[in-house]
Amino acid sequence: MTKVLIGNIADIDAKGSRTFRLDDTEIAVFRLSDGDVKAVENRCPHKGGKLSEGMVCGQVVHCPLHDWKIDLKSGKVHEPDDGCVTTFETEVDRANGSIYINIRG
Amino acid sequence: MAEAKKLVLIGNGMAGVRAIEHLIKLAPGAYEITIFGAEPHPNYNRIMLSSVLAGGADMKDIVINDWDWYKENNIRLHAGHTVTKIDTKARKVVSHLGVEAEYDALVLATGSNPFMLPLPGADKEGVIGFRDIKDTEIMQETAKTYKKAIVIGGGLLGLEAARGLLNLGMDVSVVHNQPYLMNRQLDETASAMLKKELEAQGMKFLLRKYSESIYGKKRVKGLRFSDGTEAEADLIVMAVGILPNVGLAKSSGIEVNRGVVVNDFMETNVPGIYAVGECAEHRGIAYGLVAPLYEQGAVLAKRLAGVATEGYAGSVTSTKLKVSGVDVFSAGQYLDSDDTRSLRYQDEVDGVYKKIVLKDDKLVGAVLFGDTGDGASLFSIIKKGESVKGKEKELLLGFSASPSGGSSPLARLESMADDEIICGCNGVSKGTIADAIKTKGCSSVSEIKACTKASASCGGCKSQVEGLLQIYAGDAAVSVKEGICGCTTLNRDEIVAEIKRMELKTIKEVMHVLDWKNTEGCSKCRPSLNYYLGMLWPTEYKDEKESRFTNERYHANIQKDGTYSVVPRIYGGVTSPAELKKIAEVAEKFDVPMVKFTGGQRLDLLGVKKEDLPKMWEELDMPSGHAYGKMLRTVKTCVGNTFCRFGTQDSIAMGIRLEKEFERLNAPAKVKLAVSGCPRNCAEATIKDFGVVAIDGGWELHIGGNGGVHIRATDLLCVVKTEDEVVEWASAFLQLYREQAQWNERTSTWVERVGLDYVKQALEKREDRLALMERIRTALDQTVDPWKEIIANKELRKNFEALNPVQAVQS
Ligand code: SRM
Ligand SMILES: Cc1cc2nc3c(=O)[nH]c(=O)nc-3n(C[C@H](O)[C@H](O)[C@H](O)COP(=O)(O)OP(=O)(O)OC[C@H]3O[C@@H](n4cnc5c(N)ncnc54)[C@H](O)[C@@H]3O)c2cc1C
Ligand code: SF4
Ligand code: FES
Repeated sequence: MTKVLIGNIADIDAKGSRTFRLDDTEIAVFRLSDGDVKAVENRCPHKGGKLSEGMVCGQVVHCPLHDWKIDLKSGKVHEPDDGCVTTFETEVDRANGSIYINIRG
Repeated sequence: MAEAKKLVLIGNGMAGVRAIEHLIKLAPGAYEITIFGAEPHPNYNRIMLSSVLAGGADMKDIVINDWDWYKENNIRLHAGHTVTKIDTKARKVVSHLGVEAEYDALVLATGSNPFMLPLPGADKEGVIGFRDIKDTEIMQETAKTYKKAIVIGGGLLGLEAARGLLNLGMDVSVVHNQPYLMNRQLDETASAMLKKELEAQGMKFLLRKYSESIYGKKRVKGLRFSDGTEAEADLIVMAVGILPNVGLAKSSGIEVNRGVVVNDFMETNVPGIYAVGECAEHRGIAYGLVAPLYEQGAVLAKRLAGVATEGYAGSVTSTKLKVSGVDVFSAGQYLDSDDTRSLRYQDEVDGVYKKIVLKDDKLVGAVLFGDTGDGASLFSIIKKGESVKGKEKELLLGFSASPSGGSSPLARLESMADDEIICGCNGVSKGTIADAIKTKGCSSVSEIKACTKASASCGGCKSQVEGLLQIYAGDAAVSVKEGICGCTTLNRDEIVAEIKRMELKTIKEVMHVLDWKNTEGCSKCRPSLNYYLGMLWPTEYKDEKESRFTNERYHANIQKDGTYSVVPRIYGGVTSPAELKKIAEVAEKFDVPMVKFTGGQRLDLLGVKKEDLPKMWEELDMPSGHAYGKMLRTVKTCVGNTFCRFGTQDSIAMGIRLEKEFERLNAPAKVKLAVSGCPRNCAEATIKDFGVVAIDGGWELHIGGNGGVHIRATDLLCVVKTEDEVVEWASAFLQLYREQAQWNERTSTWVERVGLDYVKQALEKREDRLALMERIRTALDQTVDPWKEIIANKELRKNFEALNPVQAVQS
């Protein structure tokens, strides 16, 4: 397990997102309105849309290209579409706002 | 005018109030109306209790006429008052709380009571019927703490109750004394298919069982049958039939058989006293469905209003089971007898069964299971009673199978005759609905409902009403379906009215106060609310960028690979060598993969990396062209009299002035303008939202054009003389559109929906135009160039950059 510091909670607007690269993968981190921080691979399972650019409603993000709905907690695509994205475990240090991501392997 | 006569209605239910509704339309003011209702509620839709129980509707959705309706129509309502005495000599009634009312005409509409089997123990707690709001609430409450329910009666009502209880999480068994469910509506085959389907949904059945007694202490514990077996139950719902509620009539000396006996004009044997609805018996029949009761109500209203009527001649009824996932329909005489012949079709793969019953070449009955789409058509043929000789197979296999009818539901609706009934509950024909759309301007299901009553009762015909809307109203209708999205049932006008009334100032507040289903909304309602709030409170509302689409948040068009395009503003399509050079340099510096002239007379730099956007904007030092937003896009111009030999006016200057006037304008959808220098119209002004065509000595103003998916040529609004007038009319038109259109509705659809005359009227007076112009100015004064804003603001700029992770802080 590797723990990587990716930024601070203040770097992300509420209902907004930022991206970063980890080796060959682009990851989108979202800050939900309830304060939760979620990270998923920044690729829509439909046609690769950048999820970071989508609209965040509750715990789902609407893909900017064709409006698929992706649950940020489970990574699952909402009905009637089907698919899922890789999710990454995040950790927020509430004392100083640091956001970490845990990578397996 | 003669003094109003006094009318008293006993029973604030579906039939009685329906007759009153008719009456006040036919003869407004003719009667002073008083209504007594035993239930403490305004008039509600009893049919929908099944949906309320099953969780498909809310109690507040089923009110037909709310408290205000009574006030508005000057009706005195005594809700919660049971009439206990009718004094036919003194012509007055008295309620159990002692309230009296005199009458010249008295209408009895007391409905029915559920028939409660007189079993020992039937008075225990937890044994109820299914008739009113109270029963429904008891079931909902019981399901919270208890597990096992028994419904006695496998008819329509019993099965709907059982389904509702199942949805409430109870373990439900249906007890029926016959070998087949719904034996009063279905034949054996359909009944067996129904049972199988309901069993798959989790319902249990105890058939051929005769209930003998109910056991338990204070509360019910179970049910004992005549064969000695028992079944446990915490709740028993009796749905074995109804009894017309005639006690009051009987004790008042009115002739009563099974129901209150009435003639074809709903008159009882006592002069001045009428009866309608389930409490009435007409030619030996007391009906238990809404459609016949409504027909009776219409006759009664005419009689009371002194309008000629042929009277009521009885009804053929049809029924539908309102249980999700099961489509059952039956009408007329559905069982075979010696003098009938029938045709059947059975498909066990798709679970479809159809049967039609013929007598002397006429269709007299039908049963449909699994596919009930043809129900309404068959029912209307049964009622017409014409010979169907030679067409029997076509009727059985469905109208869809006939070559003339086409196969889609829309084609079927189109080929339907005008007098065919769409809404069985309210007897509304296709012709009536079509007329409401075509001549009365109804453009949504709710408007049609208000105007014709179609789909106002069980709602089973809603999809057909929607289909007719599509056929007769086209695009105008599609965009005004009920509820702006799945998060709310409110439409645009209702939402905007509530925002104004309660002065709601943020999206969160709107969703909270108006009971949004998803607390944070969706990609449809969030941007629309953001627009409506900004439109209503231009100086106070703080735009929420999180509720805007990607393009409007990053002020560029997202491309399929996640890069963006940049379109700087080029007023009126006029540029200069210096400006072109600058654009070329920026394109080179940032390695822009493609530079393209757009269809809007400007340049597009495509394939730009997101992180380069602010830097590029900075170097371009040009305003945003807003090629991405629901805002003013381009103002296209032609050469005009500056160079062109045919030009009559300076179209370029006019176009540039308009573009400067309205740039950055937020609107319900994108807005495109154009100015042509003469009627040859090289700027294609007549397919723009607002198009200006110069003529000798003036300007023609055109509105509502669209060159996109549904191409639409503009309508001519008016002709004006000066450039200032062009700006004045353009401002007024655009602001009217901003204030009234639905989010995502282009001017083309909006103008078609509200009508050109409406727009003309609204803009006719100069003072109205100036007021609109002032409001659009206020809105425009709040806007700033978004590119400049982002360049200057670090907080906004950060969203264009990627984060830089610090490698492995811990392993
Ligand atoms: C760039 C441009 C094509 C071009 O290279 O010429 C263009 C590009 C797009 N148009 Fe367009 N439209 C462009 C002129 C037009 C025109 C012609 C015009 O404006 O004179 C039309 C028809 C006229 C009209 O709108 O009445 C047009 C009708 C549409 C429509 C259909 C609109 C409708 O109401 O039916 C859409 C879809 C939509 O808006 O939902 C659309 C959507 C789009 C989008 C934004 C699709 C999207 O959402 O991503 C395209 C962005 C492409 C990209 O990746 O950058 N575009 N589009 C033109 C930009 C003009 C400008 O300078 O701003
Ligand atoms: C759960 C359920 C589902 C149904 N589904 C369907 C369906 O799908 N299709 C269909 O066609 N029909 C359906 N029905 C039947 C339909 O609701 C009735 O046919 C219809 O409501 C009868 O109208 P009414 O006015 O005669 O009686 P009601 O609507 O019962 O109105 C009578 C009113 O009079 C009041 N009243 C009685 N006595 C007095 C008194 N002395 N003083 C003052 N007030 C009094 C009662 O409290 C009651 O409110 C359903 C019924 C139920 C219960
Ligand atoms: S017509 Fe418009 S929306 Fe369609 S591909 Fe071309 S630019 Fe894109
Ligand atoms: S790429 Fe995400 S919805 Fe199509």
